[in-house]
Amino acid sequence: MINPHPGLPELDYIKPASLEEASKFLAAHAGEAKPFMGGTDCFVRLRDGAWELKYLVDVKGLDGTNTITFDSQKGLIIGAAVPMNQVISHPDIVKNYPLLSEAARTVASYQLRNRATIVGNICNASPAGDTTGACIVLGGVLNVFGPKGKRTEPLSSFFKGPGKTVLEAGDIVTSISFPLPPNGAVGRYIKLGRNMLSDLSIVGVTVLGYPDKTTKSGYRFKIALASVAPTPLVPTQAEELLAEKAISEETIMEAAQAAMDAATPIDDVRGSARYRKYMVRNLTRQALTDVWKKLTE
Amino acid sequence: MSFHRIILTVNGSTEQVDVPGNMTLLQMLREKLALTGTKNGCAAGECGACTVLMNGEPVNSCMVLAAECDGAEIVTVEGLAQDGQLDIVQQTIIDEGGVQCGFCTPGMLISARALLNRNPSPTEAEIREALVGNLCRCTGYARIISAVKAAAEATQ
Repeated sequence: MINPHPGLPELDYIKPASLEEASKFLAAHAGEAKPFMGGTDCFVRLRDGAWELKYLVDVKGLDGTNTITFDSQKGLIIGAAVPMNQVISHPDIVKNYPLLSEAARTVASYQLRNRATIVGNICNASPAGDTTGACIVLGGVLNVFGPKGKRTEPLSSFFKGPGKTVLEAGDIVTSISFPLPPNGAVGRYIKLGRNMLSDLSIVGVTVLGYPDKTTKSGYRFKIALASVAPTPLVPTQAEELLAEKAISEETIMEAAQAAMDAATPIDDVRGSARYRKYMVRNLTRQALTDVWKKLTE
Repeated sequence: MSFHRIILTVNGSTEQVDVPGNMTLLQMLREKLALTGTKNGCAAGECGACTVLMNGEPVNSCMVLAAECDGAEIVTVEGLAQDGQLDIVQQTIIDEGGVQCGFCTPGMLISARALLNRNPSPTEAEIREALVGNLCRCTGYARIISAVKAAAEATQ
């Protein structure tokens, strides 16, 4: 239930001067402190009583969290505190990673995207995260600063359940790195919401396709599904099928069916499990067809 | 609970405020600075009634902690008019009849101003997209959208 009062429960605001200080504080106050960037998920959970915290630790502005860097050899790094609107309009991202911009643009409203972040979207670990799929298919890797120093976490093993990740107390994700996109890659994100803009997804389908000489079909397709499983879902069987069989309308339909079979959605206020299952098939088919058309243009 | 002393600019004047850690920017504006033009609607970042400009960009002030605003520049609906002259969006929303109960109007005006600042001649689709985070339960949006169009045309 939404608390009608505009205030947050009693808690303190902590602004550490360094990542070390932030990590130490978070580790020492496990269970009663959390890091936050834009706060767009944190504040809602605190107001609803889903979280009870004593401290909110503001990690914006700490080492490397505020910048976007692109290198034509190494790829892209997006700081954890960079608001989504900056990702949407950044010329290097629009040019080289348009799928990221496209996905971020479907999140909530313009003013919310001035606070919401890509890394926050991932760390929130909602199965409905709009940008998570793009980050998965583009091979995103999280850069984490923790009590034992720096490490990386690939997205493939990051999610443990709704709202649950491998992160532990004292861990702060400082940025997300992407390799250069494969040559000739084409992406597509199709979001089914209850209205055209701004809603949470009932189903979200992200597809990235590119020519690949190492596969039998000559192409590789990466797929990620939102809102149809406890975590963001990669339908590996559908991906394998598209690598093995010559791409045609029939192969695409078969892969879409495999994606539907992999989905394990639930009934909720946004849609029924049965509806979601069928929409996974239909939208995967549509996204694959769109990408395939562009690849063969 | 400790208090945080922040210094910020609100509608052009410098303010020094002591705020508790859990106070939102929305609460600070209304309760500490008596700027009640900014409204509290959903308190969840959905309705946009609390939209203000923070360092030139619109944000939901219910989703920003006051303590985060040290050094920030805030513009609320009270700061849109300059030297007794309404902002053009304020004038056109009156002229077009885009105000009914008025609760969404302050946030709507701020979002519209922010849109025109970044895109002086938006298409209707761009206006609709820019206002998607500002809910209005009275007007059906048509007159608000025509007001933003009229404001854009008047400033060409």
